[in-house]
Amino acid sequence: MGVAYLPILFAVLIAVVFSLAFVGLSKYFGPHRPTASKEAVYECGVAPVGAANQRFSVKFYLTAVLFILFDLEAVFLYPWAVVFRDYVYSSVSGAGIYIFTEMFFFLGVLFLGWYYVLKRGALDWD
Amino acid sequence: MSETMLTVILALVKCVFSLAFVMQIVPLLIWAERKGAAYIQDRPGPNRAHILGVRAGGLIHTLPDVFKLITKEDVVPSHVFRPLWALAPIISMSVALVTFSVVPWGDQILIPAEIAEKYLGTTGPLAVNLQVADIDGGLLYVLAMTSLGVYGIMLAGWSSNNKFSLIGGLRSAAQMVSYELAMGMGVVAMFMTYGTTRLDTIMQIQSESILNWGVLLSPPVGLVAFILFWVSAFAECNRNPFDLPEGEAELVAGYHTEYSSLRFALFFMAEYANMVVASSVTATLFFGGYNIPFVNGAMLREHIDLVLIAIGVGGGVFFLFAASIAFGRRKDPFYAAMEAFKGPRPNKLAPVGGLNGLLYRALHDDTLRQHEWKIFTAIWAGAAAAHFGLIGLGAMNIASGMPLLTEIIVFVTQLNAFVVKVLFGCWMFIWVRWTLPRFRYDQLMDLGWKYMLPIGLVNILLAAVWLLIDANTMRLYAAIP
Repeated sequence: MGVAYLPILFAVLIAVVFSLAFVGLSKYFGPHRPTASKEAVYECGVAPVGAANQRFSVKFYLTAVLFILFDLEAVFLYPWAVVFRDYVYSSVSGAGIYIFTEMFFFLGVLFLGWYYVLKRGALDWD
Repeated sequence: MSETMLTVILALVKCVFSLAFVMQIVPLLIWAERKGAAYIQDRPGPNRAHILGVRAGGLIHTLPDVFKLITKEDVVPSHVFRPLWALAPIISMSVALVTFSVVPWGDQILIPAEIAEKYLGTTGPLAVNLQVADIDGGLLYVLAMTSLGVYGIMLAGWSSNNKFSLIGGLRSAAQMVSYELAMGMGVVAMFMTYGTTRLDTIMQIQSESILNWGVLLSPPVGLVAFILFWVSAFAECNRNPFDLPEGEAELVAGYHTEYSSLRFALFFMAEYANMVVASSVTATLFFGGYNIPFVNGAMLREHIDLVLIAIGVGGGVFFLFAASIAFGRRKDPFYAAMEAFKGPRPNKLAPVGGLNGLLYRALHDDTLRQHEWKIFTAIWAGAAAAHFGLIGLGAMNIASGMPLLTEIIVFVTQLNAFVVKVLFGCWMFIWVRWTLPRFRYDQLMDLGWKYMLPIGLVNILLAAVWLLIDANTMRLYAAIP
């Protein structure tokens, strides 16, 4: 079981080494002559006003929270989706209807949540 | 050679193969992007750089680009947060490369018993799955890895300590998480119909018949899922019309403003590598991956000689056509103008404009280029001859007598089918980029949250109803798992 994931470890190592080698290449071949203007912040040509790490719109935070909510519910859908056809095509009568109604209500709640978020204006960008 | 040793070596070889697969398509795509942009916008594309007169339609331009980027200074601005700033491009690139490792690029190579026992020390034949990692949660792994891609861009934006970068990174994070949701909802319908998340099982199901291909499954569920997945893939790759994170008109270059040299190149290549990966996952999930329509691996193996003859005839005619086009190039107005200029009296055009005259003079000195048509005619004619040679190989029934040769031919054929699908997907990315304008930010969020998410939910319901009705009536998909 765990062995199946071993090649992924190799793939990660090879990919990281490849990227590091790339960065090293320009470190080795490229010139290195830092000047004050090269190191300055790349903005509009005038001296930057204030630090870049300022506060930003709460809208982005809201999007992130909504994403976590909906993505978690999507994660709950995955196991159901994978076993769905086993139930539907099983010889036990009513198994298909059972698993369908269970998730129908779950999807319904998800949909209501989405509708609530929509009506509260959380998805409106002004 | 011990069993574990063999497994490790095979895994390493497959890793390198998949890395090479993605990385060799990237320069091709950069070329296709420039060439496609030139055709779509009706302007000259890359056509100057050459090696000994061979320009290969602008393909050579990628080479000077690479050398330019290598020899540029790697500027490390003093205001960045160094550790994360250095980490970001590496995350971007490696995530793009690692995602590819669950995509199957052929069914399997069955190394026959006598060869496997002699050279590899196994007992009996050795079946090599043509997929780096055949894990149970194949598609979940793809979703997980694509969401890791957000980190590369977001860390780059934040650690650059630049307002443009920060805004780019924020936009990108919001956009990618929104569309990941739509992508996740889109694939749930496919999980239900396939009944698995293993990509190799999904491929086996699609090998059965063309009606089992993802887009055609329980219509229109498969088609809707494909559209959701494909639109989300555009957003996940930060490609136009969803390229707000680097919207150059407003944000200089967005999250990679403060990067130079090969660090910038890593972001640049990651974008193209992501396109390759997105196209290959889409091809695998919805368009039968390595399958050729109506012909599956078993049929290929059975009629291997016929396959060789078919490839020989098709490829031979195609390359003859290419050779004739290359041969026709000797009469190109470009060359004709140079011929006229070379005559005893200069072309009438030459003295008209100073610039034209200069251009012709420059080309006149550049006589190497006039031989380009010869080289290409020779290459294409050689390819045509090689393909016609395959007809002979097929007619003599050589391949069917050699199991390993059969396997290799099947592998190459299937890989080519896969590559054609992947390249078409990549071309779609380029096509859309040079056709559609960029979205406004609120339009982008509206599309993701207000349209694609509910459509995804309804699609899941539709897929469930389809399967329920099917189970009680026709049982079309009863045999799938």
